[in-house]
Amino acid sequence: MTTSEILEEKKEYKYGFVTEIETESFPKGLSEETVRAISAKKNEPPFLLEFRLKAYAKWKEMKEPHDWANLTYPPIDYQNICYYSAPKKKQELSSLEDLDPEILKTFERLGIPLDEQKRLANVAVDVVFDSVSLGTTFQKTLKEAGVVLCSISEAVHLYPELLEKYLGTVVPIGDNFFSALNSAVFSDGSFVYIPKGVRSPIELSTYFRINDKESGQFERTLIIAEEDSYVSYLEGCTAPAFDNNQLHAAVVELIALDRAEIKYSTVQNWYAGNKEGVGGIFNFVTKRGRCQGFRSKISWTQVEAGAAITWKYPSCILQGDESVGEFYSVALTNGKMQADTGTKMIHLGKNTKSTIVSKGISADQSHNTYRGLVKIGPKAIGARNYTQCDSMLVKDECSANTFPYIEVANAFAEVEHEASTSKMNEEQLFYLQTRGISRENGINLIVNGFCKEVIKELPLEFAVEAQKLLTLKLENSVG
Amino acid sequence: MTMLEIKNLYVKGILKNFSLTVRAGEIHAIMGPNGAGKSTLAKVIAGDPSYEVESGEILFNGENILELAPEDRARLGIFMGFQYPVEIPGLNNELFLHAAYGKGTPEEFSKLLDETLEFMEMKPSFKERNVNEGFSGGEKKKNEILQMAILKPALAILDETDSGLDIDAMKVVANGVNKLLHAKNALILITHYQRLLDYIKPHFIHVVIDGTIVLSGGAQLALELEERGYDWLLTPT
Repeated sequence: MTTSEILEEKKEYKYGFVTEIETESFPKGLSEETVRAISAKKNEPPFLLEFRLKAYAKWKEMKEPHDWANLTYPPIDYQNICYYSAPKKKQELSSLEDLDPEILKTFERLGIPLDEQKRLANVAVDVVFDSVSLGTTFQKTLKEAGVVLCSISEAVHLYPELLEKYLGTVVPIGDNFFSALNSAVFSDGSFVYIPKGVRSPIELSTYFRINDKESGQFERTLIIAEEDSYVSYLEGCTAPAFDNNQLHAAVVELIALDRAEIKYSTVQNWYAGNKEGVGGIFNFVTKRGRCQGFRSKISWTQVEAGAAITWKYPSCILQGDESVGEFYSVALTNGKMQADTGTKMIHLGKNTKSTIVSKGISADQSHNTYRGLVKIGPKAIGARNYTQCDSMLVKDECSANTFPYIEVANAFAEVEHEASTSKMNEEQLFYLQTRGISRENGINLIVNGFCKEVIKELPLEFAVEAQKLLTLKLENSVG
Repeated sequence: MTMLEIKNLYVKGILKNFSLTVRAGEIHAIMGPNGAGKSTLAKVIAGDPSYEVESGEILFNGENILELAPEDRARLGIFMGFQYPVEIPGLNNELFLHAAYGKGTPEEFSKLLDETLEFMEMKPSFKERNVNEGFSGGEKKKNEILQMAILKPALAILDETDSGLDIDAMKVVANGVNKLLHAKNALILITHYQRLLDYIKPHFIHVVIDGTIVLSGGAQLALELEERGYDWLLTPT
């Protein structure tokens, strides 16, 4: 990318456009009727309707968690949100290329071309637009390998027994306020199933796009990796720039059986609101994986660079003996963004191992908090955790906090925690500039030096994207 | 051939009517007491945006560079060795040097860096470490000279490169600088003490007091300053 391109792009959030299409939306508001209507719309089997209704009943009794997270925001009016919005289908689609041309153009502008010639090499993409999945690329390659990547709505009909067996088992319905809400009203999301002994030949990916101004996005993702299987999955997200706040409350559940490995990466670039903090996505997400099998492994990598508020703690339950959990995170906040993010590593099995590497970058008047729990159970003999939390401050008005919680219930475990705080400043940039390095490239070098342990965990194509994204975001703040 | 020409330069609150001419092949030493404006001079030539140039000109090979960004001045061949080199945590020194060098594949650059380290008699560990992170004072200054060796500037301005160095480290740094000098480049040494000038022989010495040059002379002037200090120059009688 050239300097002039960077300067061009930095002027605004380049994904902030709206696609003009006809939609079919439910009226705003949430009631048992809404929940039933969503289920009916999707023609769901009774077990799923029951699941939703139970969740709705639970949610009604719960209170929004306003007390412990390091976040400030006005109360959310849950009756002022539309819970279902989908592009109107003109006919049955035989392939993704039959989509409304406006939508195809949208994804092209987002850098996710869907047609055969231009689409990303070696990445199968499921695209979710507002409340529904529009389809998945590379179906043939996946089918040959026996890998399932489809929308969760399709999975309900194609793999009901898997859904019934696993849905809500990692993140129980009543786990928290937002997971209960999601369980009641989730509209779509991705379903991945990797059979025994299969290594997915390509990267799997879901691209989430919020388009409608009034709707919330409540997606649900479920990934099951059978014995000795491997999958790398990536999600990306953007939304138009509206002046109202929009709610995104997703639930992601991962299950890894014996010796299975799941690598889950996120590049989150939701609209973050304008400089004054007006608008932007409220990103309240529950992500959790269960290393159920012996020597199973779950690895979370996230680059969180957008959203007005991020509340997110991708976690691992290390149940199988010798299982491994990893969390690599970069959270960048600027403007008036707030992030309270981190992880939970719950060690239950023997000789379980977890690694946490968290990099927080705060600029302008933003607030960036790392919150993490390392819990080692009485039976987790030989468990080990290593945690590293680094914060970088850009200028003086922002804040960074670190809240590590450690609970150890046996005497044969090792827990290590390291933390540091540094500052990106004019002297560093001037130093690089005097060596002939442009200001933009200087920011890029400083930030990527700071984050490199996390960036290197991302699949290659997305690592480059993530680096650009971080540089662009900070260019505004340092500039 | 005139390389650098500073004409009647005023920098807000610091430099006053400062003029200096440097030709290819010359070594100039700028000396003077603390707070005289020596480091400011170096930073202003390099383009530090935190100083305000009120009037005057800085010509480099005949071109006024005052409007240029620091990186553009660097690309013209101006190099400044920092008095306090900046730490950049996590940024690999080799990656940084390659970005500064701006040419060749990583493999080609790696080879060049190996050769340069050997030529400069520096430890291979400079490759793997992060930019000045956790470096001792001496290592930071050596890293500056390494950068100079890679970038091969036409004009190098070394700001207090000798400060904080023990005698052995100073010899390494001075030897390194001497190896890099030839008839087509020029050097401005900013220093407090005459000590460094035993190892790098200047052609000219300028004494800066209160933001302007009050006295210029040949190499022997350093010895006189060492003996008499700056006091006799401070208040004109």
